[in-house]
Amino acid sequence: MTLLDVKALTKNFGGLTAVSNVTMHLDNNELVALIGPNGAGKTTLFNLLTGVIIPSEGTVSLQTEHGLQVLNKQKPYKIAAAGMARTFQNIRLFKDLTVEENVLIAMTDKNKEGFVESIFRLPSFYRKEAALHQQVVELLSIFKMENQLETLARNLPYGAQRRLEIVRALATKPQILFLDEPAAGMNPEETADLTRLIQQIQSEFHITVLLIEHDMSLVMNLAERIYVLEYGKLIAEGTPKEIQSNQRVINAYLGGGD
Amino acid sequence: MKKNLKYNAIWLAIAILGYVLIYALEMVGVIDQFGETTLVLIGINIILATSLNLVIGFAGQFSLGHAGFMALGAYSSALVTSVIPTVGGFLIGLLVGILVAGLVALIVGIPTLRLNGDYLAIATMGAAEIIRIILNNLKVTNGPAGLYNIPMLANWGTVYILVVITTLIIVNFVHSRNGRAVMSVREDEIAAESIGINTTKYKIIAFVLGAAIASIGGALHANYIQTINPSDFGIMESINILIIVVLGGIGSITGTFVAAFVLGLLDMVLQNFGTLRMVLYSLALILIMVFKPSGLLGTWEFSVRRLFNHKKAKGDA
Repeated sequence: MTLLDVKALTKNFGGLTAVSNVTMHLDNNELVALIGPNGAGKTTLFNLLTGVIIPSEGTVSLQTEHGLQVLNKQKPYKIAAAGMARTFQNIRLFKDLTVEENVLIAMTDKNKEGFVESIFRLPSFYRKEAALHQQVVELLSIFKMENQLETLARNLPYGAQRRLEIVRALATKPQILFLDEPAAGMNPEETADLTRLIQQIQSEFHITVLLIEHDMSLVMNLAERIYVLEYGKLIAEGTPKEIQSNQRVINAYLGGGD
Repeated sequence: MKKNLKYNAIWLAIAILGYVLIYALEMVGVIDQFGETTLVLIGINIILATSLNLVIGFAGQFSLGHAGFMALGAYSSALVTSVIPTVGGFLIGLLVGILVAGLVALIVGIPTLRLNGDYLAIATMGAAEIIRIILNNLKVTNGPAGLYNIPMLANWGTVYILVVITTLIIVNFVHSRNGRAVMSVREDEIAAESIGINTTKYKIIAFVLGAAIASIGGALHANYIQTINPSDFGIMESINILIIVVLGGIGSITGTFVAAFVLGLLDMVLQNFGTLRMVLYSLALILIMVFKPSGLLGTWEFSVRRLFNHKKAKGDA
């Protein structure tokens, strides 16, 4: 079943068309990769899908409990609430807050404690906080980070910061997880860990993942389908095998052809 | 659950102990009339500065218009208590001030909180000036002459209790779901939006709460000093409040307390130096900023829980 339906999405920055007429779809519980040379418009496409920038043309619609919902021109926080979570190419954690707080904030709308409750510290406040704390510990323990609850996010090693960003996105209980270059800056060992982690997320949380990545070993190992973007246009779509032998893709990366 | 009760009981004990201590010192005669006034002004400054710290330190929104909201509280309370000069009247005045300041903050905040950094500072400064000029020209506020003979319904006890209550509100707010969302806005707005935080809403909540608490400071000012006029609430007052926040450490409530005390006592000691007073005061500020650029306490916070856990850890070792 189609979960996310993108139709003829276009973004112009002045005279530059960063993303041009992109039509794509994501199905339930699927792992899709988006690849392309530097400057192809991958991150712009991510920003369009998650509402950080508003498309010039085209539609993005998500299958929700209330049927197909058009997400265009919605604020990013509404899109996030509809079930789309993301990470960022240049990690955006809440650096001066602890690991626990980073994850707790993502659960803000899941366990509502009222203003009055928290000001007067009613018993229900402590009950809800304890329940939240429990959830955070459970989630973090899946990623082996439960011992770092009190660590400030800025003090985590690079790989752990990337992991925490993924945990934070998962804490919003998304239907689709967008990962923007999760392996950037990682050594081969860390990349292998990350590959296992992404597989684990998919099997445990049953969500759809869309992944931007330059590390081809990771992409070819993980992805069920691949979209290839060049100069803002989709030039190919298919399984890893098909993409590897696609002449246009090879030309895009290595030059020549035509 | 029991632990929480214990920590709360300790905080309550600290609050009561402070009250008893000041009461005893006053009885013995260590604190004279002048000392009491200094303490009251420190208390009012704590209320104003902690509420500004909520906006600047926790929500990360640089506001330079805090004196405007203080003015709204002061005039509301002064006008109400001159009609009903009782404790009940004072409470009604407080409530009116909170509502007026909160409402004005909402109206000012919705358009201005879209701005960042310097622009927001200028916009909030402008809003405070508008409030001051309106007060300067209204008949009911008696124009530039201001209001005098306001009934003295606040003493050091009232100030003390309200310091405790407002601090409690701010600290409890910060350490809750809403408070964490507010801090995420300070840390990274784009990331906050990406996990479903309505950043505009939380900015406005912090701004309105800060303004409402500042109005309490204003009301105490009016009912203790007994005379107010619009020039008391100009840009200099906003800056004075800001100095306390910056000096104590942006984002540290404990720091705000320390800075309010340090500056209040410094001001008292320097009374003897006459014309040199402001020079020495400014010099002290410069020295503190040179040697402690992140403020006296940085973002450090006093915590009973940590104190206990620390002791326990030491005991185990």
